Amino acid sequence: MSVVSDVAAFLVDGSNWQPGNPDGISARLLEHLQYTGIALVIAAAAAIPVGLYIGHTGRFAFVAINAGNAGRALPTLGLLSLVVILVGIGLVPVIVALVVLAIPPLLTATYAGLQSVDRATVDAARGQGMRERQVLLRTEVPIALPILMSGVRNATLQVVATATVAAYVALGGFGRFLVDGLAVREYAQVVAGAVLVATLAIVLDLLLACVQRLVVSPGVSGRALTRTTPRKVTP
Amino acid sequence: MLQYLSTSGPAVLSALGQHVVLALLPVLIGLAIALPVGYLAHRFRWLYPPLLSLSSVLYAVPSLALFVVLPVILGTQILDPLNIVVALSVYTVALLVRTVIDGLASVPTAVTAAATAVGFRPLGLLLRVELPIAVPVILAGLRVATVSNVSLVSVGALLGVGGLGALFTDGLQRNYLAPIITGIVLSVLLALVLDTAIVGVQRVLTPWSRVGSR
Repeated sequence: MSVVSDVAAFLVDGSNWQPGNPDGISARLLEHLQYTGIALVIAAAAAIPVGLYIGHTGRFAFVAINAGNAGRALPTLGLLSLVVILVGIGLVPVIVALVVLAIPPLLTATYAGLQSVDRATVDAARGQGMRERQVLLRTEVPIALPILMSGVRNATLQVVATATVAAYVALGGFGRFLVDGLAVREYAQVVAGAVLVATLAIVLDLLLACVQRLVVSPGVSGRALTRTTPRKVTP
Repeated sequence: MLQYLSTSGPAVLSALGQHVVLALLPVLIGLAIALPVGYLAHRFRWLYPPLLSLSSVLYAVPSLALFVVLPVILGTQILDPLNIVVALSVYTVALLVRTVIDGLASVPTAVTAAATAVGFRPLGLLLRVELPIAVPVILAGLRVATVSNVSLVSVGALLGVGGLGALFTDGLQRNYLAPIITGIVLSVLLALVLDTAIVGVQRVLTPWSRVGSR
């Protein structure tokens, strides 16, 4: 297949990787990471505290449950077009669209994580004299971390894949390869762009998996069990 | 806004119709593929890790890229709606395989053991015991897949086939808010209606879940 070799040729072409080339892969990677990073930080700063409040107090639980589905239903392309018309072309519409995309998985996972904590554990923490803040930060959050992290990974995956729409409103990122390649019917460039986005998504997911391993207590993830089993004594 | 609706009403309706077909057909195809694949992964454990990695890789491919690349693979025209249907079916399968496996795994071992003991054969066990018990988990996944499909169809507008998405590109080109707002509102409403319909199906399929709450 000629497309496959064209894609390979595009990806290994040294000039496409040069850091100084504004249309090169390195420059597009930085732009893509920039959109993804800004959107995820804003979304996390908004969604995680709200999720913690809802999960800890149990108040407004319907918000967390319904936000998931309502948010997913909002078409990113429509939102992007709307904000572009309201504030003009620039970074703002892209970030708004991506933040709206990332909030539902983060909010739902934070809430679901806190819900998964055994009530008896929370009562025990309170019985030991922990204050509400300590119950939340030192008991509930550590136990909820695996589910919370799965929400972060899910949101990252979606934002990385969707950040390609930035190219539709004249910004950069890997989406440029898709939109430009489509405009001139140069499919090798489109496929190369898709490969780059998917690879970036997988690399970020693996990185987050490592972070998850570092921050989740061995007692919660079950890794501690293997440590406490007695070693085989060799005679 | 009203003026836009009165002049472009028929165009909006046909876009909505196309949107419904483009969003729902992949859900049905995806479910038809995910059920047997999920069952195989449930039966043969070694299939589980590779299937899970494959589905998260497929899910990471941007929809726009998949819409564009598929004509090259399938040999279809770029404006063929088939591309959108196949692409969204791929996402639906990627999402549902996991929930089908989780659903089948949620069936308590005691239940399958009891069913085997009273004489269910593997096929009967699957169709009359395991699948009905797995319905809530599978339908939860189906709700997510349906709602996100409704949102994803619009991306197809960048290629000229996108149901309500055409209203977004139209509005952006003419710097006109009315079509964009119409598109967003109809898209969210459509997702809401389909989501409610699936919840209704679940109520009908799992009558036992209502007994306890009475």
